[in-house]
Amino acid sequence: MADAPLVLGIETSCDETGVGLVRGETLLFDAIASSVDEHARFGGVVPEVASRAHLEAMVPTIERACREAGVTLRDVDAVAVTAGPGLAGALMVGVASAKALALALGVPLHGVNHLASHVAVDIVEHGPLPEPTLAMLVSGGHSSLLLVPDVTHDVRSLGSTIDDAAGEAFDKVARVLGLPFPGGPHIDRAARDGAVVIDFPRGLTTGRDMERHRFDFSFSGLKTAVSRWVAAREAAGEAVPVADVAASFQEAVTDVLTRKAILACREHGVGHLQIGGGVAANSRLRAMAQERCDDAGIELRVPRPGLCTDNGAMVAALGAQMVLKGRPASDLGIPADSSMPVTDVSA
Amino acid sequence: MLILAIDTATTAIGVAVHRDGADPVTSVVLDARAHTEHLAPLVARALEQAGSTPRDLTDIAVGTGPGPFTGLRVGLVTAVTMGYALGVPVHGVCSLDVLAEQALAATDADEVLVATDARRREVYWARYARAEDGARALTPPAVEPAATIPEDTRALPTAGRGALLYPDAFPAVLPDVLDVDPARLAAVARRRLAAGAPMPVEPLYLRRPDALTTAERAAR
Ligand SMILES: [Zn+2]
Repeated sequence: MADAPLVLGIETSCDETGVGLVRGETLLFDAIASSVDEHARFGGVVPEVASRAHLEAMVPTIERACREAGVTLRDVDAVAVTAGPGLAGALMVGVASAKALALALGVPLHGVNHLASHVAVDIVEHGPLPEPTLAMLVSGGHSSLLLVPDVTHDVRSLGSTIDDAAGEAFDKVARVLGLPFPGGPHIDRAARDGAVVIDFPRGLTTGRDMERHRFDFSFSGLKTAVSRWVAAREAAGEAVPVADVAASFQEAVTDVLTRKAILACREHGVGHLQIGGGVAANSRLRAMAQERCDDAGIELRVPRPGLCTDNGAMVAALGAQMVLKGRPASDLGIPADSSMPVTDVSA
Repeated sequence: MLILAIDTATTAIGVAVHRDGADPVTSVVLDARAHTEHLAPLVARALEQAGSTPRDLTDIAVGTGPGPFTGLRVGLVTAVTMGYALGVPVHGVCSLDVLAEQALAATDADEVLVATDARRREVYWARYARAEDGARALTPPAVEPAATIPEDTRALPTAGRGALLYPDAFPAVLPDVLDVDPARLAAVARRRLAAGAPMPVEPLYLRRPDALTTAERAAR
């Protein structure tokens, strides 16, 4: 595939400055600079801190991606960038940088949707996407079930969270349990020493909710239930069994996510489920999804954890598909759209 | 020498392309909320009007603020990315310095004040004196409410939109010097480059992000 298009992808929708290089369907290198350590001091992502870090990291990250991939910018055939959704100020740094690159190099620009990129990244991991694919994206910023007939121009939303994102619930529960930010990995670790002994609520899974919010999620009630349970133990002067609470909370989240994802696959006659987003790194979610997919005869595709979290490779992967399928390039005047709808694959 | 100058520190999104011995091509759009949308097309158009391509550029100059953060960053990241992609040096110039030179050209006074909109009822400001080559800063750039700037300073001929926003505080507005002229920015950068002055490309934020660390919250 030496003559397949070489696409440079830029991602700055949250706190990771990502630059990836993809040739056709092959990942050459994925460079990431994260400002997560700075945000940890604040107990959560601070948009202005993220934007400042993106500006500082942008050129060094482009430089490192090219060096490690063994290419020069002159070899690049197109530039892709996350146009939205995400933090407005953070997105603007990436979009402006991508435009500058496209302009300087004289190559087309593809402004793409962050969520579609999470789906497309699996192409560089497991090969062409089955069409249609059912994708579940779960992170600190989103929790969505998508039906994807064609990742370059037809992405349909089946449902999403009506309150907190799944990753947000992990962060909030971690805070309740006195675990550091970001909460996901810490809860995952704590849960390994615990048992599922508390029956926390499964949001939007009963009767009428399954009619009106069949493929939607809700995690704020679960978070409240955990806080109340912990507060009651503390009020009674009892020690809080952190590992058991973590395990029980994690079980409730993964149970709802996988149950609805598999139901969506069945009802839409799709034989493939892809999971992406930072929460896809959760070991219990991966294990439960595998078990339930096996039982249902569904093929599960989950990229490696480094490609599930936000990165530049996913943007480059979608950009390369855009080029391969001859989709029109974006105008140099496109905005950064913080609330870009998931159904708009490109800007 | 073919220099591209960019400034996005104020309401104006300004671009100039200046070739030795030719008149600079200048494009300015006033739109405080759409720096990301306007800047790259303006650069493309200015280069085209100058009969040049990006590859012809030898230098890039950029205003480093102070200015509202998101717009300021659009100019800076555009400049440093183009500079890297083209392999040309990028020079940073304080945006208030450029306005000061415009102000001194518009008045006979020996000292001027520059005051731009910093939002939140404050201005970015600095005081300048006429010098042999341009403007010499008498104070470092600062951010504060107009009313707390010393009265003798506020009485000076004042450039920048801060003067329009707070007319009670600034009696001597220079109404024709409101936004950075990118051609002037290019000229300042050329002069400093020739003099070997350092021109770091560091954003002048002047304010820290609005957030408390968990330690600070606990201390409250
Ligand atoms: Zn994401």
